[in-house]
Amino acid sequence: QTVEHGFPHQPSALGYSPFLRLMAIGTRSGAIKLYGAPGVEFMGLHEENNTVMQIHFIPDQCQLVTLLDDNSLHLWSLKQHSGASELREEHRFTLKGPPGSPPSATQITAVLPHSSREVLYLGTESGNIFVVELPSFRVLEDRTITSEAVLQRVPEDYCNRRSCELVEALREHPKNPDQILIGYSRGLIVLWDLQNSKVTHQFLGSQQLENLYWQRDGSKFISCHYDGSYTQWPVSSDNRQPEPLENVVPYGPFPCKAISKIYWQTTKNGLPYIIFQGGMPRASYGDRHSISVVHGSQQTAFDFTSRVIDFFIIFSSEPTAEFDDPSAMVVLAEEELVVIDLKTAGWPAVHPPYLASLHCSAITCSHHVSNIPLKLWERIISAGSKQNIHYSNMPWPIDGGTNIAPDPPQRDLLLTGHEDGTVRFWDASGVCLHLLYKLSTVRVFLTDADPNDNMNTLGEDEWPPLRKVGTFDPYSDDPRLGIQKIYLCKYSGYLAVAGTAGQVLVMELNDEDAEHVVDHAEADLLQDQEGYRWKGHEKLKTRDGPVRFEAGFQPFVLVQCQPPAVVTSLALHSEWKLVAFGTSHGFGLFDHQQKRLVFVKCTLHPSDQLALEGPLSRVKSLKKSLRQSFRRIRRSRVSSRKRRGGSGNAVEVQEANAKFDQDALQEMELAPVQRKIEARSAEDSFTGFVRTLYFADTFLRDSSRHCPSLWAGTNGGTVYAFCLRVPPAERRMDEPVRAEQAKEIQLMHRAPVVGILVLDGRSTPLPEPLEVAHDLSKSPDMQGSHQLLVVSEEQFKVFTLPKVSSKLKLKLTALEGCRVRKVTVANFGSCKTDDYSENDLAVLTNLGDIQIISLPFLKLQIRYPCIRKEDVSGIASCVFTKYGQGFYLISPSEFERFSLSTKWLVEPRCVVDTLEVTSNNHVHTKSGMENAARKS
Amino acid sequence: EFRRFSLERSKPGKFEEFYGLLQHVHKIPNVDVLVGYTDIHGDLLPINNDDNYHKAVSTANPLLRIFIQRKEDADYSAFGTDTMTRKKNVLSNVLRPDNHKKKPHIVISMPQDFRPVSSIIDVDILPETHRRVRLYKYGTDKPLGFYIRDGSSVRVTPHGLEKVPGIFISRLVPGGLAQSTGLLAVNDEVLEVNGIEVSGKSLDQVTDMMIANSRNLIITVRPANQRNNVVRNSRTSGSSGQSTESSLPSSTPNILANFLQGEEESDEEDIIIEDSGEPQQIPKAARASESLESLTQIELHESTQNGFLPSAEMNLNHSAGSISMEHEVQDPDHKSLEEDGTIITL
Repeated sequence: QTVEHGFPHQPSALGYSPFLRLMAIGTRSGAIKLYGAPGVEFMGLHEENNTVMQIHFIPDQCQLVTLLDDNSLHLWSLKQHSGASELREEHRFTLKGPPGSPPSATQITAVLPHSSREVLYLGTESGNIFVVELPSFRVLEDRTITSEAVLQRVPEDYCNRRSCELVEALREHPKNPDQILIGYSRGLIVLWDLQNSKVTHQFLGSQQLENLYWQRDGSKFISCHYDGSYTQWPVSSDNRQPEPLENVVPYGPFPCKAISKIYWQTTKNGLPYIIFQGGMPRASYGDRHSISVVHGSQQTAFDFTSRVIDFFIIFSSEPTAEFDDPSAMVVLAEEELVVIDLKTAGWPAVHPPYLASLHCSAITCSHHVSNIPLKLWERIISAGSKQNIHYSNMPWPIDGGTNIAPDPPQRDLLLTGHEDGTVRFWDASGVCLHLLYKLSTVRVFLTDADPNDNMNTLGEDEWPPLRKVGTFDPYSDDPRLGIQKIYLCKYSGYLAVAGTAGQVLVMELNDEDAEHVVDHAEADLLQDQEGYRWKGHEKLKTRDGPVRFEAGFQPFVLVQCQPPAVVTSLALHSEWKLVAFGTSHGFGLFDHQQKRLVFVKCTLHPSDQLALEGPLSRVKSLKKSLRQSFRRIRRSRVSSRKRRGGSGNAVEVQEANAKFDQDALQEMELAPVQRKIEARSAEDSFTGFVRTLYFADTFLRDSSRHCPSLWAGTNGGTVYAFCLRVPPAERRMDEPVRAEQAKEIQLMHRAPVVGILVLDGRSTPLPEPLEVAHDLSKSPDMQGSHQLLVVSEEQFKVFTLPKVSSKLKLKLTALEGCRVRKVTVANFGSCKTDDYSENDLAVLTNLGDIQIISLPFLKLQIRYPCIRKEDVSGIASCVFTKYGQGFYLISPSEFERFSLSTKWLVEPRCVVDTLEVTSNNHVHTKSGMENAARKS
Repeated sequence: EFRRFSLERSKPGKFEEFYGLLQHVHKIPNVDVLVGYTDIHGDLLPINNDDNYHKAVSTANPLLRIFIQRKEDADYSAFGTDTMTRKKNVLSNVLRPDNHKKKPHIVISMPQDFRPVSSIIDVDILPETHRRVRLYKYGTDKPLGFYIRDGSSVRVTPHGLEKVPGIFISRLVPGGLAQSTGLLAVNDEVLEVNGIEVSGKSLDQVTDMMIANSRNLIITVRPANQRNNVVRNSRTSGSSGQSTESSLPSSTPNILANFLQGEEESDEEDIIIEDSGEPQQIPKAARASESLESLTQIELHESTQNGFLPSAEMNLNHSAGSISMEHEVQDPDHKSLEEDGTIITL
């Protein structure tokens, strides 16, 4: 496993170091990820797997402190090791109170790393502030700031009404490191002098406090409150208990939600930026996840697609600079990262080079294409750049660290198909998975939602000035649009895409916008089978007349399978201009040059009623899915604000949950899981389900003449071979393509056929179409005899061609009990010598382990455990590359990349320059201290 | 009918070819017959496999007398030691069975007319507490019929008794193969599947292993009921059940194992349907070309966006498949032929 691509699942905390220019994201599962310049990435995992609550970088150091929800603190540092930096956990610490004190006494609520880098101030639920030394985490008891000491000088009547309660915020004075501002949740704010251990100023707030922020010069600070207001307070030596300068409820006068975080940024022109999270009118916009930016008369409330976890502002961090001059706002929402350019008029978003939300619509399939020719690469990028004009062209503002990984050796594309009918093209060459281009198939069809209708159109005079930002949109208009299979020919630029409702689209790359009619053909896979009725979904309605397509891949023909069941396999041969497709009913071959159906073959067993009616098609009725979408929206709107106040309640809930789990467990033990042992028979349902399709130019009929052929494998262990007659190029349009069934092989073990492959006379897999024409592969050996490899879920079998007789086999399931889930031919090179390479099978089993099996002798070479066997979606999402790498989903939004090859390895390798700080660095690692750092 | 023909003594070929030759020279291609010969002692001995066929050829001096009987009205008693000398009239019996006035003979079927359903094997190498059962699955007429579940059993380990997870039989399907053998019972612990230990494997893995091996499933169990175990050395036996079990001849497993060796191979044989005529399939060339014709028809239909193989052609394909089976699958056993014929997916 080399690197994780995409957006972290369930992020829970955000941190930023203006010194390192690195951003840190913590997750609910205890992972911590650091990002800088593209390619600069670090990852660590807390052993406890607890939620990361807060992340704080130590000022001017390569260190950071994380607070987990079990109240433990962890110190991480970036250290150079054999030329590259690594993230390691150095220390861990749990604050302990005096014996007998309640747990809340030491429950940490606020953390302040002091600019001296020597101490951490830890605000707690009890109102006391503990001081711990770094990096040893030794508690300096004599320096503890107790709430009693703070309350000494506060007027009695104020104290009586409001006790201190928990520490909500701790802020160091920007100019004077000996003073810290302490905010308590009931509204009291004090300025504490560390030298004399006493309160110098007190600010008697009347509203429940949420957060604090200093103005750059330290003459003022701003506080934000639970009622949706913010207040400015002056700090001067003549008034020790000042009144607020200004109290504003930005979205009043009706009750508003809390403002949970606020920034006050000064600029050269005098007009400050006030940036705050929340504060929306409770009744009408209480469900919005917003951050408002106010600059003079300009005000925008950025409306995020999911809950805002945290945000920060990138501003001038030079101590000598007079103004903040903010340049960008970085917002971590639950499902995506949004960066807003504050320098450019209109505050456009910045296109992030990493942390892409893979799941903006649920991923339904993926397809990887290695070694893309430069020409195609450039055309895809140019098509994509036309889609990204609304982004800011500001360079990526988080640019810490240096990427020292070698340039990716080749251009790789990862295509993901999504539930909403889009295909996204990702640059998968390097560490940063970057969106190049997005293709939508929706335009071909008539759907309820008009794609032209903009949901974001809001009137000018509308208040609050909401503006939708972000791309996360998991609500599919119509599940039938979902993409199930993708096949891209990298040489010709032909793309075939097939979907949930039996639609197969063939597309061509066009650099210009175009308006044209999409040709339409039907493939009746049931043919003359009588008495069958399809009870599944209907086919998608197509748009009549010409359709306007933007530059990029433009569909020119649509083949609609009847019945409109999910397309389960797809193959495209760009040289012969043929596309083959299969469903649970059969398969067909379409000539996309002449736009003519060549043949269809029904693979159904007459008794297979289930497949005919289609109740197992995963797609429920449209109505039902819409209802579920709404339910999902509602659920996500019930804001699950983390609040420590309700901790007693949470404990109860936890206990109830634990009890429920126990009950469930007992129930399970009472009724044990049983498995039926039955030989497979032809009557099993879904035997006709077409699992794999394969084009090959081989010896199908006799050993003297080879011909184009199409191979299909079904769920019932049948392989069909069709002999094709493709007219030569000059008569390609005049003569029809012909097909004759030549062979039918029934595997006696009847396991589903998951892969078919023909090996040439040198036992090398046949090259891809057009590969030889582009001089990228040796032409196949047509002298020696060809062999057919059939991979079922249970066995690998090699047969001779043209007379099919069994030559070799490798049984997998009979011996190990595991089944083949994915199989690909992978080319393995040597990292030592350039001229060595071999082809093997890369196999993923249902147990999540990866096996390498040699060709053509089918010897098991090596086996690695890779994915947890319980992670069914991870196993189902796995895709191998042609050069021994692969991807699988570790969450709906993240791909894990792995490499089986020593030669082709893509992993982050980067340096964070620490020379500057090592001179006065007093960090020492105690030997023998447990290092829990892990690099995945 | 009498026929005389010559055979190459040094290269007699296979029994099957010889059988085919007999059917051919007698022009009875689809009639099942019993083949016998008289050896030097005058005994009428059967020819039904390669071994006794070769033996028969080697005894020819130079003539070999072969008797062929129609299977349905064969007289099995004719075979055996001394048959030719004891019953001088064997020939007349064979030729004119109607004249045979003896009371109807009780027909005891030949071994090849039976098929094993299950067997206990490896009794000599397994601990007495374990039982290795082989289930033979033919066709789809009778399901294997049992269920397995997770459970825990107690093992003796270096650290004393330990509870370890195990796989158990949870249910037998009434009328299923497993139940009919009487060798497997609910709560028997499954220890091995086809020689591979199941410990450390998940329920799903074990399920997949059993299904993958379902055509020749050998499971080793620790029976929940330990009273019916096979006792190897003849200790004083109490219950009658025990004595019947222990009286199983020790040679039986080996015989069956040998029998199965061939069976296993044929199990693995996949079916191929060729639409082009193979040289060996000259008799079926007509059929093959017919189906070829049907394919050309398809092409014609296709241009009018119409149909596929009409059902009649499908049947042709079907029968062509089962016939080519005869050549591909070594075992000419009628049962398996029938079975394989029905599973061609169309």
